[in-house]
Amino acid sequence: MKLYCLSGHPTLPCNVLKFKSTTIMLDCGLDMTSTLNFLPLPLVQSPRLSNLPGWSLKDGNAFLDKELKECSGHVFVDSVPEFCLPETELIDLSTVDVILISNYHCMMALPYITEHTGFTGTVYATEPTVQIGRLLMEELVNFIERVPKAQSASLWKNKDIQRNSGCSMEDGWECRDGGRKTRLLPSPLKDAVEVSTWRRCYTMQEVNSALSKIQLVGYSQKIELFGAVQVTPLSSGYALGSSNWIIQSHYEKVSYVSGSSLLTTHPQPMDQASLKNSDVLVLTGLTQIPTANPDGMVGEFCSNLALTVRNGGNVLVPCYPSGVIYDLLECLYQYIDSAGLSNIPFYFISPVANSSLEFSQIFAEWLCHNKQTKVYLPEPPFPHAELIQTNKLRHYPSIHGDFSNDFRQPCVVFTGHPSLRFGDVVHFMELWGKSSLNTVIFTEPDFSYLEALAPYQPLAMKCIYCPIDTRLNFIQVSKLLKEVQPLHVVCPEQYTQPPPAQSHRMDLMIDCQPPAMSYRRAEVLALPFKRLFEKIEIMPELADSLVPMEIKPGISLATVSAVLHTKDNKHVLQPPPRPAPPTSGKKRKRASEDIPDCKVLKPLLSGSIPVEQFVQTLEKHGFSDVKVEDTAKGHIVLLQEAETLIQIEEDSTHIICDNDEMLRVRLRDLVLKFLQKF
Amino acid sequence: MDPECSQLLPALCAVLADPRQPVADDTCLEKLLDWFKTITEAGSSLQLLQENPCLVELLCHVLKPQGLSARVLSFSLRLAGVFAAQESCFQYLQQAELLPGLFGEAGPLGQAAWSAPTVRSGWIQGLRSLAQHPSALPFLADCGTLDTIFSLQGDSSLFVASAAGQLLVHILGLSLQGPAEGPPSPQACDWPVCAQKIVGHIEGSLRSMATPQVTQALNVLTTTFGHCHGPWMQVLWERLSPLVACLLQEDPLPAAHSLVDLLLSVARSPVLSSSDCGLWETLAQTLRRLSPAQAGPLALGILKLQDCPQALRAQAFGVLLQPLACVLTAADQAPGPPGLPEGTTGDSVTVDTLLSSKSACAGLLCQTLAHLELLQPLPQRPSPWPQAPLLGAAVTILRFCNGSAAPASDVGGRLCAILAGCVRVQRAALDFLGALAQETGPQELVTQVSAVLLEYLRSPDSSPTVLKKAFQATLRWLLSSPRAPGCCDLDPDTQLFLRELLPVLRKRLCSPCWEVRDSGLEFLTQVTRHWGGQAGFRHALLASEVPELAEQLLRDPESYVRASAVTAVGQLSSQGLHATAASPEQLGGQKESLLAELLHVLSTDSEGFPRRAAMQVFTEWLRDRHADVAEDTERFVARVLQAASRDLDWEVRAQGLELALVFLAQTLGQPSARCPYAVAAPQATPPGPLAQALRALSRVRLFEFAFRALFDCDRPVAQKSCDLLLFLRAQATPSGGLQEAEGSPDVPEAVLAVLRSLDLEGLRGALAESSDHVEKSPQSLLQDMLATVGVRGENQADCY
Repeated sequence: MKLYCLSGHPTLPCNVLKFKSTTIMLDCGLDMTSTLNFLPLPLVQSPRLSNLPGWSLKDGNAFLDKELKECSGHVFVDSVPEFCLPETELIDLSTVDVILISNYHCMMALPYITEHTGFTGTVYATEPTVQIGRLLMEELVNFIERVPKAQSASLWKNKDIQRNSGCSMEDGWECRDGGRKTRLLPSPLKDAVEVSTWRRCYTMQEVNSALSKIQLVGYSQKIELFGAVQVTPLSSGYALGSSNWIIQSHYEKVSYVSGSSLLTTHPQPMDQASLKNSDVLVLTGLTQIPTANPDGMVGEFCSNLALTVRNGGNVLVPCYPSGVIYDLLECLYQYIDSAGLSNIPFYFISPVANSSLEFSQIFAEWLCHNKQTKVYLPEPPFPHAELIQTNKLRHYPSIHGDFSNDFRQPCVVFTGHPSLRFGDVVHFMELWGKSSLNTVIFTEPDFSYLEALAPYQPLAMKCIYCPIDTRLNFIQVSKLLKEVQPLHVVCPEQYTQPPPAQSHRMDLMIDCQPPAMSYRRAEVLALPFKRLFEKIEIMPELADSLVPMEIKPGISLATVSAVLHTKDNKHVLQPPPRPAPPTSGKKRKRASEDIPDCKVLKPLLSGSIPVEQFVQTLEKHGFSDVKVEDTAKGHIVLLQEAETLIQIEEDSTHIICDNDEMLRVRLRDLVLKFLQKF
Repeated sequence: MDPECSQLLPALCAVLADPRQPVADDTCLEKLLDWFKTITEAGSSLQLLQENPCLVELLCHVLKPQGLSARVLSFSLRLAGVFAAQESCFQYLQQAELLPGLFGEAGPLGQAAWSAPTVRSGWIQGLRSLAQHPSALPFLADCGTLDTIFSLQGDSSLFVASAAGQLLVHILGLSLQGPAEGPPSPQACDWPVCAQKIVGHIEGSLRSMATPQVTQALNVLTTTFGHCHGPWMQVLWERLSPLVACLLQEDPLPAAHSLVDLLLSVARSPVLSSSDCGLWETLAQTLRRLSPAQAGPLALGILKLQDCPQALRAQAFGVLLQPLACVLTAADQAPGPPGLPEGTTGDSVTVDTLLSSKSACAGLLCQTLAHLELLQPLPQRPSPWPQAPLLGAAVTILRFCNGSAAPASDVGGRLCAILAGCVRVQRAALDFLGALAQETGPQELVTQVSAVLLEYLRSPDSSPTVLKKAFQATLRWLLSSPRAPGCCDLDPDTQLFLRELLPVLRKRLCSPCWEVRDSGLEFLTQVTRHWGGQAGFRHALLASEVPELAEQLLRDPESYVRASAVTAVGQLSSQGLHATAASPEQLGGQKESLLAELLHVLSTDSEGFPRRAAMQVFTEWLRDRHADVAEDTERFVARVLQAASRDLDWEVRAQGLELALVFLAQTLGQPSARCPYAVAAPQATPPGPLAQALRALSRVRLFEFAFRALFDCDRPVAQKSCDLLLFLRAQATPSGGLQEAEGSPDVPEAVLAVLRSLDLEGLRGALAESSDHVEKSPQSLLQDMLATVGVRGENQADCY
């Protein structure tokens, strides 16, 4: 059993499990942090961004100045943003049989895999995952396609430039290569990883085609794969429709834990019990901010929002169109009255805002118990319905159109994309960045907020970092592992040591016995368990012919002669072909050549030899000088006069005597007296 | 006993003795027993029994196996004990064979009723009552009674078990106090039989090494040494201390907690601590022997002792400081923690305990911090007091808990992992840190304290309870901060701290969690009360937007927060720090005065807390002659009293009377010393002509308010009103004041007439009685009990 690790990102995993002749891809997350190296895509013509100076080397060489621009002391790629794909070379992705998706954030690379690798299998995911995943992809495609970019930079990715950027010398700006001065990229571009795998965004057509390969599943549904393994999604408590997966055969069980949460937010709670008794537990998608507790962060979010608005400032919340935003709106619903914010408008701007708000209300069966019961009243499960009704929350597909008529300040705006590189958020950053009255509050933990802000510097607007990540923290993981007791834990290497910035926090890593096996991008892991058993069926007529013998109370044995038939990962014992009827002449001879003679079956032996009684028996039979020695594995009985050894071990007995076949046979028969035959 | 009761008693005894007549409830029997106790305390029990033979008959009934209810059995046993407490009566009952019957094998002890805990409890209490005189001792020693008591020490009912232990202590005390002069002989054979048996039993239990038996024996001894002070105590300890010392050799130590209690009880006993009975050595040995968590309480107990050898005190203090020493060592590169008394280094046992589990670590640290907090203000605390290392330890623990400490060692790393986010330890450490504010420390440490407090106040991860503690500790440190020399204003460090603190407070007042808003407001109130006059504070506060936020919280959805906001805003306003700028949502509109806003709270708020707070603020404003009030005091008082008189909450009405009293005092002069509601500031307002004053009172409708309150359905309000009117009458009547009043045509003469005609003293006396005083006579008790019999079942209604 092997695990191919195609992504190094702990919360955006993409692993391939080879298990019992099936090839299963576990999630296909798309690492979007690569976009931080690109210039923002402004919705409205931005003089500031369009007139940036090209980047040139110290010596004035400006061969990259079309592609790289200097902005606020940083260098950015001036091109359509690109994303870092999972490894495509480590394993032939056309051999992948199925893809299991655990939540909508972990499927963003799906079109790259299903449309460009020869993939012919099936994708399994729950309905909310697919629907909200589609919204996220739609939003992404929309954000990028509506700001067409004339140029696509590729020169900077040239292997030579990249390679030399990696080699360091003195101050890292240049190095000699065969006597020729080679230009090197500035930081952070020179540290960018896997640049060769970076790709432009997919199209809506590719999204639709990819999503058409998905088969919907429900929690605890058992899905047979080729008769060899069974896969089952379990509720993981993290997001609407989010799942963990069980992959099991008759004798082996692998659990795949992706983004999971034990907090009571909107989704159905996590199913922990079904993860018990796993041979291997693959653990990914823990909280990205282990030191921040989500409750505290929500408090921080509300306080800062209120303080800004009270002073006449606007609040910008860069966010995804689904997920934590539902919980934030619910908190605000309770909070705005107490904070005297009832008159402040809340705007939610996304091409999919409307669908997201409405979808959330119709997935009742995927919600936590409290919200489910509301549906029977009947009331909308989420209170944002009431915010919309009372006009406190308004949603728009983009800043163009109706929004510009309704726009009133001070206000609170929720909009994407959290990377601040595309989407309506770019406009608001440009609009509000210059006033210290305004605040941008980061709630999504996926991007470093400092890097996200880099192209907007200098910024007068206040920045608050309140990452809200409801996924498991290390205390919860340690409890979970104690509870479900997997034999082995496999996790990204980041989880096996404290975070680099807090190397003393030994509590911020996975602590389990045996220690967790770690993986990194492009690694292949041999999973540490051997398959010992296989289930085999016996045909009824063969079973009828067996004659069991009881050798111990409750245990019976029978010898079986049969033909093992294996097809579609099912093994069946069939009755052996009957010996051909005796015929005459040559034919008979030929037949006997074809079917080798079955040897006369020797009886099978069982039982153990009680040494004391055996010695007594030897003495009774005239062996006088018997000595017994204990060995590590059993006993040695010495017959000194006859210069003979009898080694008695748990699973074998040897009689060693010098060329005295008579004696050997005598002794053998004495040994056999103590054993059962059948 | 009065004849009426004597007449009722036979019928009642008959009812009690009749198993078919169930007794209504336990409280009647308790009251009855109390009544008999009062009677027997006043007179002869023997005479009582002779005059009321029905009582003896009742006791005789108990001996008959006829299934009396457990309640009546228990009552009878206790009653017998009450009678037998007098020696003459004891002998009378002895002769009648009643006592052996009641308390011996023949009584309830051998019956099925014994399975009811109340019967066993009654049996013990009966014995406890009768064991008052030496003649009871042979009775106790003879009938196997002691053996029963011994076994009851392990009773399944905790009340019975505990009472059995107490009874043994009592009997031991009684038998050893004996008539003999001087200390008893150390030879056991010379002791009274009871004492011999009990001490023998205790010795046996101690030797058994079985934890339950040892615990029982130690508990009996602990109580004995705590309550009895005869010279024989020393003899007893000399005899038993070797056995106690033997316990220390056991591994694991049985009943460690009880052992600690006993040793401390012995050490506190004046007879023993003055003479050396090897006690100090035993204490020292025990300190070494106990686990860190067990040793803490013993160490604290030793340090609280008035006189005890210096070496032992040092050892105890070392034990107490151990866990903190471990923490300091774990965080510091330095080999040993500086400033702790010599020999206090983190030993391996303590380190192991701290690292063994999260709960053990938190338990030990919390206990240690609580002990040191208790010790800190005591005069007998160790000297020199290691203020600096303690401060350092508290700061380090807090740093471990929030993950900001950089551990120096492997132990530190593990400690950090265990303590990270541990709310229990955070609370204990913040409490301790607050307690340490009574003394200062090295400037560097004080800076660290400020920094760590700010970290906690700022951190989004601080839970509401931790935040509350952080606010409290911050307040204590702020108020203890030194003033700059030669200047009455705050010192520069405090100014700096305030500048960082106020934005945090501002954010906390916007928290979505109401507990946090509430503690923020409480903090604001306190700090303003103390520092409202400091220019530095005033300046920083007014620049901080905090006053506006506080005022906004007057409209908070949570009533506790509204109440705290009322108090805070009232305090700010008293100090002239009230927000003057209009808040954004009120822009354009005429800003209401704070007075009007608080009056609005008083008259419309749906919850009691904010209204009570508003009344308190108004009272304080009136007392301090707040500017808004002084503008038109009469109108203010009239409006407040009008609102208060309609209030459904009695505390608001009572507070209204408080305010009325303040107004009265300001109008008429100081209330005399006998009035408990004296106003604080001794401002001698010269009383104007009485008539004028009375007219003022009349204008604010104070009389109306007070007279209505006099007949309030809630007693405290009526009492308060009564006091107020008494004060008014005293002010109005003496020294010709009344004549003066009479001379004036429009004096509210009617009011004075009413005042004169009312029996206010009598009313006050009646109000001081408890509400059931009318129905408390023994006669009515007996009648009630008789009346309930027979109608039971028909009349189940709760007649409260």
